[in-house]
Amino acid sequence: MSRHIKLHEIAHARAGDKGNTSNVSVWVYDPGDYPLLKEQLTPERIKAAYPALIQGAVKRYTLDHLHGLNFVMQDALEGGVNTSLGLDSHGKSWSFLVLDLDVEVPDNRAG
Amino acid sequence: MLRLGCGAGFSSDRLEPAIDLAEKGALDYLVFETIGERTLAFGHRDRQLDPKRGYNPQLAARMRGVLGHCKRNGTRIVTNMGVANVAAAADVVVDVARSQGLSGLTVAAIEGDDVSDLIGPDTVLFDNHNKTVAEIGRPVVGANVYLGIDAIIPGLESGADVVITGRVADPSLFLSPLVHRYGWKRDDWQKLGQGTLVGHLLECGMQITGGYFADPGRKDVPRLAECGYPIAEVDERGNCVITKLADAGGMVTPRTVKEQLMYEVHDPAAYLTPDVTADFSRATVQEAGRDRVAVANGSGHKRPDKLKVTVGFDGGFFGEAGVSYAGPNATARAALARDILRERLAHRPGFEALRIDLIGINSLHATAHGPRAESADVRVHAAMRSATRDDVATMLWEVESLLCCGPAAGGGYRGQITPSVITHSALIDRGAVRSSVKVLRA
Repeated sequence: MSRHIKLHEIAHARAGDKGNTSNVSVWVYDPGDYPLLKEQLTPERIKAAYPALIQGAVKRYTLDHLHGLNFVMQDALEGGVNTSLGLDSHGKSWSFLVLDLDVEVPDNRAG
Repeated sequence: MLRLGCGAGFSSDRLEPAIDLAEKGALDYLVFETIGERTLAFGHRDRQLDPKRGYNPQLAARMRGVLGHCKRNGTRIVTNMGVANVAAAADVVVDVARSQGLSGLTVAAIEGDDVSDLIGPDTVLFDNHNKTVAEIGRPVVGANVYLGIDAIIPGLESGADVVITGRVADPSLFLSPLVHRYGWKRDDWQKLGQGTLVGHLLECGMQITGGYFADPGRKDVPRLAECGYPIAEVDERGNCVITKLADAGGMVTPRTVKEQLMYEVHDPAAYLTPDVTADFSRATVQEAGRDRVAVANGSGHKRPDKLKVTVGFDGGFFGEAGVSYAGPNATARAALARDILRERLAHRPGFEALRIDLIGINSLHATAHGPRAESADVRVHAAMRSATRDDVATMLWEVESLLCCGPAAGGGYRGQITPSVITHSALIDRGAVRSSVKVLRA
């Protein structure tokens, strides 16, 4: 059996911006959670969760030895920091938008 | 062992922890990194308003705080606080040195990043679907190429106490002292890649010592209000330990280091700088004691042939204004205020791009999840950019008019208009760029 929890419960993340491209790295606290992170947090999943925010492609890079993923989202910042009319023109909050997604974990998982 | 410290990771970074580093860090070099895409645009805007400005607004305060300590401790300063006006910035440093009795202090001003002459109507903007400069349809206010170690190291070779630049690649500010001290060859891509990794980790200041990290209950950081800036102890191979002053707040852990490792990185195996195509994909991050993390195994490949240029355009005027609603039905009243603004403005020429957010509902999540639960504290926030200041002023007037003409109990109007510079990126041939060094003496 399994249950759904927020990614925020098992991982931390940081967002950065270059022009109109946002990147979000996601790191599990417990290396034991890395396989499920890698399996469930696909670029397609992120693109589908925020279709209006991400106008371009999403690419994922893996850092297996550090238990982290790096997502690069094109055309995701309303033009970028000097063009966007949004309040968070850097897209600093992008990391927590990603951590807001659900992941499925086994019922017997500790924590 | 070389000790590098970072005394600023962005334009408005804190002052006191930098003074602490200068005083107690036993540093060989103290680096201030203060340029981003946003703040370079501000530099151009400031220089347009006053030809004597355009450098980092905190330059004089920072120099007043650290120059004496650095001179006493044999710490040299490397900084890009020249932003869009290196010559004026170098004069400021000389003036501060004189006012503090530090006569004889030398300042190397590195110029050549202003490549406005190399940008024309046909220049392609690779970050904007390969549109040309002409297609943007706005006047160019400045163009700055990312210089690298080849431009900075001559400043170090001059023996200057302070090396000041405009736009350079951020990690190059840190890589330059390493190459200068250890004599690394300019095509030793492995060492240049590892040295670039060191610079990349330090360049955002407290982002590696607990800043931009704390998340109460999940990622707690001790004494964040007194957070210290980072120090790197770097050996002749470029391997490093990231640490901080023992009595400073914050923390250095594998988690803070890993988050910074990928900050603003796309392909971890190809982080492009003017100096090297750095490869962080096999970098190792290991705890090496309290607030000490060892980082090694960065690598690299040949440097790119083209250099990146940030092209600044006159963005006209940016304006924003807001009114707040609280208590029962606040969300509906704020939504009504938003709809009134749209009804009165959106059909008028020049207001097509008016942006209205409901702060407290979905301003950052925007369209992510649709409106969330009812909020009892909502702010209508309108924003626009226009070549016509009067149009922006009209928008502010309309928002303010909601106080008496809008839904019940709208309060807290604020509005402001600022000149705006927008930016895009281009590539130019490395061979077309010439940098120079000019040494000034206090």
